[in-house]
Amino acid sequence: MSINQSGWRPEMGDAQGSNDAPTFTGNRALMLEEPLIFEIADNSTTGVDFAEEDMPASRLGGLERQSDIGLPGLSEPETVRHYTRLSRQNYAIDLGLFPLGSCTMKHNPRLNERMARLPGFADIHPLQPVDSVQGALECIHELAEWLVKLTNMSSVAMSPKAGAHGELCGILAIRAALEARGEQRDVVLVPESAHGTNPATAAFAGYKVQAIAVTPDGRVDLDKLKERLGPDVAAVMITNPNTCGLFERDMKAISDAVHEAGGYVYCDGANFNAIVGRVRPGDLGVDAMHINLHKTFSTPHGGGGPGSGPVVFSAALTPFAPLPFVEKRDDGFHLVEEETADEHHGQSFGRMVAFHGQMGMFTRALSYIMSHGADGLRQVAEDAVLNANYILRSLEDVLEAPFGKGPCMHEALFGDAGIAEGLSTLDIAKALIDEGYHPMTMYFPLVVHGAMLIEPTETESKADLDQFIGALRSVVERARAGDESLKGAPYHAPRRRLDETQAARKPVLVWQEPELAQAAE
Amino acid sequence: MTRYFTEDHEWIDVDGTTATVGITDYAQGQLGDIVFVELPEEGKRFEKGDEAAVVESVKAASDVYSPVSGAVVELNSELEDTPALVNDDAEGDGWFFKIDLTDASELEGLMDEEKYSAFIAKL
Amino acid sequence: MRYLPLTQDDRQAMLAKVGAQSIDDLFVDVPEAARLNGAIPGLPMHASEMAVERHLSKLAARNLTAGQAPFFLGCGAYKHHVPASVDHIIQRGEFLTAYTPYQPEIAQGTLQMLFEFQTQVARLFGTEVANASMYDGSTACWEAIVMAGRVTKRSRAILSTGLHPHYVSVANTMAKFTGDTLVTGAPELTAEPDTDSLIEQIDDHTSCVVVQYPDILGRIGDLSKLAEAAHAKKALLIAVVTEPVALGAIKSPGEMGADIVVGEGQSLGVGLQFGGPYVGLFGCSQKLVRQMPGRLAGETVDAEGKRGYVLTLSTREQHIRREKATSNICTNSGLCALAFSIHMTLLGESGLRKLAALNHGRAVKAAEALTAIPGVELVNKSFFNEFTVKLPREARPVVRELAERGILAGVSLGRLYPAEDALGNGLVVAVTETAEAEDIQALADGLKEVLA
Repeated sequence: MSINQSGWRPEMGDAQGSNDAPTFTGNRALMLEEPLIFEIADNSTTGVDFAEEDMPASRLGGLERQSDIGLPGLSEPETVRHYTRLSRQNYAIDLGLFPLGSCTMKHNPRLNERMARLPGFADIHPLQPVDSVQGALECIHELAEWLVKLTNMSSVAMSPKAGAHGELCGILAIRAALEARGEQRDVVLVPESAHGTNPATAAFAGYKVQAIAVTPDGRVDLDKLKERLGPDVAAVMITNPNTCGLFERDMKAISDAVHEAGGYVYCDGANFNAIVGRVRPGDLGVDAMHINLHKTFSTPHGGGGPGSGPVVFSAALTPFAPLPFVEKRDDGFHLVEEETADEHHGQSFGRMVAFHGQMGMFTRALSYIMSHGADGLRQVAEDAVLNANYILRSLEDVLEAPFGKGPCMHEALFGDAGIAEGLSTLDIAKALIDEGYHPMTMYFPLVVHGAMLIEPTETESKADLDQFIGALRSVVERARAGDESLKGAPYHAPRRRLDETQAARKPVLVWQEPELAQAAE
Repeated sequence: MTRYFTEDHEWIDVDGTTATVGITDYAQGQLGDIVFVELPEEGKRFEKGDEAAVVESVKAASDVYSPVSGAVVELNSELEDTPALVNDDAEGDGWFFKIDLTDASELEGLMDEEKYSAFIAKL
Repeated sequence: MRYLPLTQDDRQAMLAKVGAQSIDDLFVDVPEAARLNGAIPGLPMHASEMAVERHLSKLAARNLTAGQAPFFLGCGAYKHHVPASVDHIIQRGEFLTAYTPYQPEIAQGTLQMLFEFQTQVARLFGTEVANASMYDGSTACWEAIVMAGRVTKRSRAILSTGLHPHYVSVANTMAKFTGDTLVTGAPELTAEPDTDSLIEQIDDHTSCVVVQYPDILGRIGDLSKLAEAAHAKKALLIAVVTEPVALGAIKSPGEMGADIVVGEGQSLGVGLQFGGPYVGLFGCSQKLVRQMPGRLAGETVDAEGKRGYVLTLSTREQHIRREKATSNICTNSGLCALAFSIHMTLLGESGLRKLAALNHGRAVKAAEALTAIPGVELVNKSFFNEFTVKLPREARPVVRELAERGILAGVSLGRLYPAEDALGNGLVVAVTETAEAEDIQALADGLKEVLA
């Protein structure tokens, strides 16, 4: 069998060390315990009032629901309180530095929220006659123009719903282009350090995935890549800046080699924040790249989405881009869908989603981009890179920096060498929680053992960085000294370490009335 | 009965033409708490080195390769409800499947217990 | 710049700390030819909040909003009243600006909410479990087809002609690349959905039958026979629900034997938003859970024995399983799932049932008002809040003319099926609780005038 590469093994730690004085309620001052709605609500309560009116005879075809659904309700004050209490058990950017590498947790400006909620954007239906939504189409078109210019590419597909969906969009366009050339290539090359979505996407689109080696300095091995290229390789997927936080210096040479071998270059744009305004992927020979609007362009992560993943295309791939898309003509903005595609866009690989993409994210991203402008976006990249290097240089004396010889881009990568036997990256991460921080990305990328990937982003002040560095340094020093108490961390969070093994061995994915749950056992 | 080991940390007990396959105690230790084992279908035929099963911990999923060629004749159905058996007794009650050997000469390249101990000592 | 806290002094001090002369020293790995000096030409410079707001407000003002007009569009996106508290709660920073709950000790808020969401969706669908959301209904539908292929190890999927044509298009796009065979077709303007013809097409190679409930024309078909027929051939029944409010009035697909139920959750909490972001719903039976795509929250305990929640069964997912994952999905629709869940909690069982009854009642009244117009015929035998009428002439220009009069009349089948001439006179009309009697009257009057 293949052995767990990352070295990540969840460990529970012990229950010692919680010395809070017990309370009657189980609450601890502002930290309030909250039951499930199913335990506090009932089927007859509602927080919504409706008009009473006479109902005509039903025309439901005899399929009226007979039994109870089991959806308890709460009044409005109870609802607000339930969710407000839950919210206080979450860490968030609004509370502090959120150093998750490769996730770009930057400040989410509230202007963007206000703009997305303008009824002219929020309260229009995707299938309204296009004459009645010209402003919305213009908004999409404007954002598209920005994305094309910032990347120096030919076109952009706006409909992908998130980064991984954008990857799929790019890979499908590549496949369509190859098929138009009458070629059957069945391999996609992905570096070992890639984000898991890259191989998953290639496989989802029907490709075989093969790994490309990484050099000791954390970059794609150009020579090995060249050796592997051939008539079976459809595409190479490269993240640039890569998941080790480094710029792929040989990117242009990689693109040239791939093109020469008849393949296409897919760039994972998850880390575009490091180079926006300073480097354009189109100048590096990229054929397709997704842009996570929820990373670089600050649309909120929302606890796991929604995202948005527009894909920019080179001229070679533009004819194969998906439907629908917005086109500006003399008489206004048009939405090119299946019906009009034949005359304008006959080689499109088709539709990826029901409607036109994440409008609510487009408005937010455009609001952010306009706020920064071309000058501000360049400063975004510069400050993001400066902040990351500041962290790298401030901690390299206590943490192993495997690729720390030169500067990093927007994130600093450390390994677990030097940590005392018996302690791990996991323990450091959990101890950071007690210090009031969300942990860094851990055990990724896989090419570094016990990896800690720290991305501060540009929206942190120097004072905040200094405090974070101090906190992490203190935790790492304890880990180097073998402080066993780290294994019990966190001590001060709403919950101690959770038993993930139990959760996976006997999955409980929905709530059941206690008597039913017991009967099932 | 002879026990052999692979470099991919499978063990195999051979009794006549039937071989029992599992993962080693060292391997279970590397994975940590096992939460799920995906076994092959009975009757399925494997070539030596084919992916035959998947063993999952909370943060890792690892393929288990068939150390020899042959058809699966029996599964350890206990693992379905009690994957922890692999942690508790990897080289005994935590076996994965039995296979009807097609080519006994495939065993020649495998390690015995002594060699395997030396092999993992170097990892 | 208002979003950047570093001062020039900070930058100088930090450059000194990292041993760089200037910021350019940190970009040395970028090849000379790709370096840009100065801001990218042809793009505007930074702008104040006021300036941005003024510009975007102008664009927004050029759209006719659903709230400004008598409004009857549906076909996969529905206008419902969303209580004010929903939008208030989802804008709390602890929800809005949190990440995926990978560190459960400080993400119990999101995790418990997802566990509640999963339970609500499973109960609504009549399935044993549900996941923590997908992008939208159309992508959830394709993921369900792929999942059925994994479960049955077959690759022929039969799609009902009543399935939303955009969902069919998404599946067609993907199937071209995966090699799955899809049986598809356009609907006919008949009173009943295509249940019988679906049953006839099921064979020993069929992985699944995919049926929308209620379907694209608003028709409601009993799924029980279809489930029996699919199961007899060891195929799965996938039900697609684009209007979850309907399930407050009619039987759930799970009750009738569907193995996988997917849907679009936009109706509750999310709003129209010109098509996105929406929230894909995904439920199935417990025994299929390891083949399911997407994130799952599960219950467990912490080191002190307190109940808590974690993301679980992650080995199905891309960040661990890479090319062998059940799906490539990563970011999903967390915040929309929260909005759905809050709205559902506010409604509760009794509220949802009232809401559903009100939708249905208004739709019946609207159907009566429209069919009173000479030449307008109702297609459906049954419907929930959406039905199809056949007009005496092509519906698409009629819809445009009514929009010019400030009435958003519905979705013409010509828009959805441009290649199907036989459907050209069809108009799908959705009537929710937001359509008051005067709106219905305005639609009937407007339609009568335009057709006259």
